[in-house]
Amino acid sequence: MTRLGAVVIGVALALALAAPFFLKPFGIYLLSMWAVLTIAAMGLNLTLGYAGQVSLAQGAFVGIGAYTVALLTQGGVPFALAFIAAGLLCFIVGWMLGYPALRVSHHYLAFVTLAFTTLVFLVLRNEQWLTGGIYGINGIMRPVLFGWSTGKALHFYFFSLGVLVVLALAIWWMLRSPWGRAFVALRENPIRAASVGLDTRRYTLMAFAVGSSLGGLSGALYAPLVQFIEPGSFAINMSFSLLLMVIVGGSGYFFGPFVGALVAVLLPEWMRIAEGYYLIVYAALVMVMMAFCPTGILGLVDRLAKAAMPNGRSAPAIGAERTAP
Amino acid sequence: MNPVLQVADLRKSFGGIAAVDGVSFQVDEGEILGIIGPNGSGKSTLFNCVLGQLTPSSGEVRVDGRRTTGMRPCDLNRLGVSRTFQLLQVFPQLSVRDNLILAGQEHQGSMVSRLFGRADAGLGEGADRMLDFFRLSHFAAQPAGSLSYGQQKLLDAAMAFMAGPRLVLLDEPAGGVNLTMLSHLRERLQAYHAERKATFVVIEHQMEFVMALCTRVLVLAEGRIIAEGAPAAVRRNPVVIEAYLGH
Repeated sequence: MTRLGAVVIGVALALALAAPFFLKPFGIYLLSMWAVLTIAAMGLNLTLGYAGQVSLAQGAFVGIGAYTVALLTQGGVPFALAFIAAGLLCFIVGWMLGYPALRVSHHYLAFVTLAFTTLVFLVLRNEQWLTGGIYGINGIMRPVLFGWSTGKALHFYFFSLGVLVVLALAIWWMLRSPWGRAFVALRENPIRAASVGLDTRRYTLMAFAVGSSLGGLSGALYAPLVQFIEPGSFAINMSFSLLLMVIVGGSGYFFGPFVGALVAVLLPEWMRIAEGYYLIVYAALVMVMMAFCPTGILGLVDRLAKAAMPNGRSAPAIGAERTAP
Repeated sequence: MNPVLQVADLRKSFGGIAAVDGVSFQVDEGEILGIIGPNGSGKSTLFNCVLGQLTPSSGEVRVDGRRTTGMRPCDLNRLGVSRTFQLLQVFPQLSVRDNLILAGQEHQGSMVSRLFGRADAGLGEGADRMLDFFRLSHFAAQPAGSLSYGQQKLLDAAMAFMAGPRLVLLDEPAGGVNLTMLSHLRERLQAYHAERKATFVVIEHQMEFVMALCTRVLVLAEGRIIAEGAPAAVRRNPVVIEAYLGH
């Protein structure tokens, strides 16, 4: 990492820590939503951005994680255990969802994962005895950790931010290890990768499993954040909006999901000055952005930084690490 | 001399057409075997069957006496069989150095130990030596996709050697490479061969390259071996001339 990159990350972290003190509860709620959804988007960025496996199922994993935590904590299981269970369950289900990816790829894989999302939605809606059906689950408590209650908006935000930082460090470690190189190789040229001894089957399944477990952990925070969950929240809309975060932020850039989630969570709220038209304006902005900058915001930053360095050496843009697709 | 590679009565058909039609040969340790033949004679199909990219319709492949027919390419590679590709096959977004580390990392430890081990899997020095050997050090930090065609061919070859293989199959290493780069590549291959006593099998059209590099040559036409022998003798063989010019 370059010096400039470290400075930018430091400033961003300081902003994230200071911001809630200048915001009303709804603003803090939005920031928490950003932290929670960034975790899920980070998982999708691993599966899609790094390993190149298209998935429209990330929203479903957020749902599985959210329901796991809601049901377990209401059954008396401590939050910490429920949180780990959500991650583990999604790891296993994600591993199994990876099997179709061994046979199909690109838009065919998109359809397989789309079907999975619908399946999860139907289970959440129809298995009323377990999930409460369309009535969802009410009154999900925010956790108390070592005697520290996260009940207040501000406290829950710091808790979510802490989890995000820890998970981001773990993923950073994984991507800088030989696994990161292997995931990129899988995306760029699976046949060549196999010819240098890379077990493409195992890495594909692992990319799905780890990405999905991040979706589950995100859901495990989503449930106590919103305190009321119902199947509709985890239908295809959420998967699409997570995909949007990854693409808008910059797929394959480590900090892409952070930026993408910020845009996807905050921009619609700022657009409210356009009143009834705010979602239309937002949609139009996304279309313009995709037309002129398909590599996302960090892709644009990367390009501008490279243009500013005439000798064509690798640019010091944050998170613009080697892996842009 | 131990045979490193044994191919026995290998056949591969696509629909009704036999691309490889009963090919048998063996390659001894330290040999550089050239396989030549007109376009469509089944050379690449033969390679892909040996390397597990295609499953042969019948026949058998053995590496160091061990049956490897139908084995997955990644498992075969970890047994010490590596390859280069006819068309460019590097990882364009990874740096040149990362391409080399990737080509060796799956031979180090287990998947779990790689996750918790060093970022370069302990291969940094080895990669630097290989860069030096192929005179690519200057480009180490650049994305592999930014290299020229000839340099990418060199990198492709360097990647094949990264894990210290016993047997290397080179698929048209000279294709599309200019003459200066070509003599550099040949000289590097010979130096590696002398240093490591590795065994090579080379598919090539460029006759000068084959004559200078190979110790023995097989000629393939329509899926069958039609001639075999020392490079100079094969070149004068009327059957071979007929196969190349006859149509």
